[in-house]
Amino acid sequence: MIMKMSAVIYVMWLRQLKRYWRSKPRMIGSLGQPALFLIALGFGFGPIYARAGGGNYIQFMAPGIIAMSVMFMAVFSGIELIWDRQFGFLKETLAAPVPRWAIMLGKTLGGATAATLQGVVVMLLAMLVGFRPQSLWLLPVALVFMAGTAIFFSSLGMVIAVKLTDMHAFPLIMNFLLMPLFFLSGALFPLKGLPGAVAVISRIDPLSYGVDALRIALVNGGDFGFGLDAAVLFAGASVLLILGTWMFSRVEV
Amino acid sequence: MISVKNLTKKYNGFTAVDDVSFEVAEGEIFAFLGPNGAGKTTTIKMLTTLLKPTSGEMRLNGADPSEDRDAARASFGIVFQDPSLDEELTAFENLEFHGVLYGLPKQLRRERIDRMLELMELADRRNDLVKKFSGGMKRRLEIARGFLHHPRILFLDEPTLGLDPQTRYHIWEHIKQLNKEKSVTVFLTTHYMEEAEHVADRVAIIDRGKIVVGGTVEELMARTGAASLEEAFLSLTGKGIRDQDADASDRMRGAMRARGWR
Repeated sequence: MIMKMSAVIYVMWLRQLKRYWRSKPRMIGSLGQPALFLIALGFGFGPIYARAGGGNYIQFMAPGIIAMSVMFMAVFSGIELIWDRQFGFLKETLAAPVPRWAIMLGKTLGGATAATLQGVVVMLLAMLVGFRPQSLWLLPVALVFMAGTAIFFSSLGMVIAVKLTDMHAFPLIMNFLLMPLFFLSGALFPLKGLPGAVAVISRIDPLSYGVDALRIALVNGGDFGFGLDAAVLFAGASVLLILGTWMFSRVEV
Repeated sequence: MISVKNLTKKYNGFTAVDDVSFEVAEGEIFAFLGPNGAGKTTTIKMLTTLLKPTSGEMRLNGADPSEDRDAARASFGIVFQDPSLDEELTAFENLEFHGVLYGLPKQLRRERIDRMLELMELADRRNDLVKKFSGGMKRRLEIARGFLHHPRILFLDEPTLGLDPQTRYHIWEHIKQLNKEKSVTVFLTTHYMEEAEHVADRVAIIDRGKIVVGGTVEELMARTGAASLEEAFLSLTGKGIRDQDADASDRMRGAMRARGWR
């Protein structure tokens, strides 16, 4: 039984990774946005940020851009469930004699792995424009937090996809969920000294904790500390994973 | 092998399947015929655990698809009306994926994949991505997949839709062979009456959610005084055209095709 479940989870995971690896336009396309942010904002705001006493802006924003890329890729891979539904493959998995949670878990972990890889690629990209991680020893820690962010948002994408059956709602998700999550997360500006309302929102934004953890691990910055970041990300990821599994088990096609 | 009693499915006020009862014996090829929107696919979805019935009883190889879902799932294979392959994977990977989901051990899985690809004449395209396949090749691959775990029952929902006569002929030959060799029970739907006439041991005609008539092809023709099953079908269900509302996925596929995305 356990053998069979792990085989099911593994094969669902493998499928997500194969789809990620084979979709070269998507891989390249998804690097375009972080590259643009790093170059345009990094070099554009760099001098002002330095004059304001903040130091090197690329050092500051790179962890934010990495977290953003992980979030986008993770949510998209979760939302891929809509495609599976519309192009029929979901029926193949739902008609199979396996528990729904194993299907859901394999898919989520597959999407999260692809998103984590994406985070690593963006970090390498950032290093091309001058970003330097402070310590090699903390890189594995950064990787763990990229994975936590990835699992959180890949489960979130899955939860959204269970409820949405139409890809036309996609711009809605992009503009009213992902963009606000990114811009209010402290990826681009320090969270210290913000006006009240924005400060509150940015503390509710789960991406803030992914950005914060990466900033601690990569550039010795950050405000919340590893403990709080880990608690929010991993507890949130567990809740979403359980919620998603429950919702997924009630899907009818 | 399949037993259905007073099966009913209602969607917000509309009764898609209305008090349907029938039996299919082991090893039988049973054709479920009816105009568009008659309730064929809805019945298959309930039998295959994808949809919960509003009321009624079902048994699939002894298991109840709405209660003992995994036991029911393990006893059937299905070829859906709409494509359900992962086009970004190869033919082999689609079958391998299916084999793992159905718990086939590796060696057995590989042997059967080789045999089914051979049988469906896809062996030379084994490592090609499915998106490069023609409609007929995809259909054959889906049949290979539906049969890979040696189910006791095979559901075929319009398996030959949109295929040329050669491919249709081959597909039915393969299905008859599987039915004979392994005494698989086959439950099929089709709009091609001559196909049903050619392969089915027994047929049932469903219209507006209700079964109108059931029996062998000869019985149906004798009852209606028709010269062919097609004539019998038209005299039983009338000549009016049925329109079916597109669901979200039909609309989506249409839009995607129009934009040339897939």
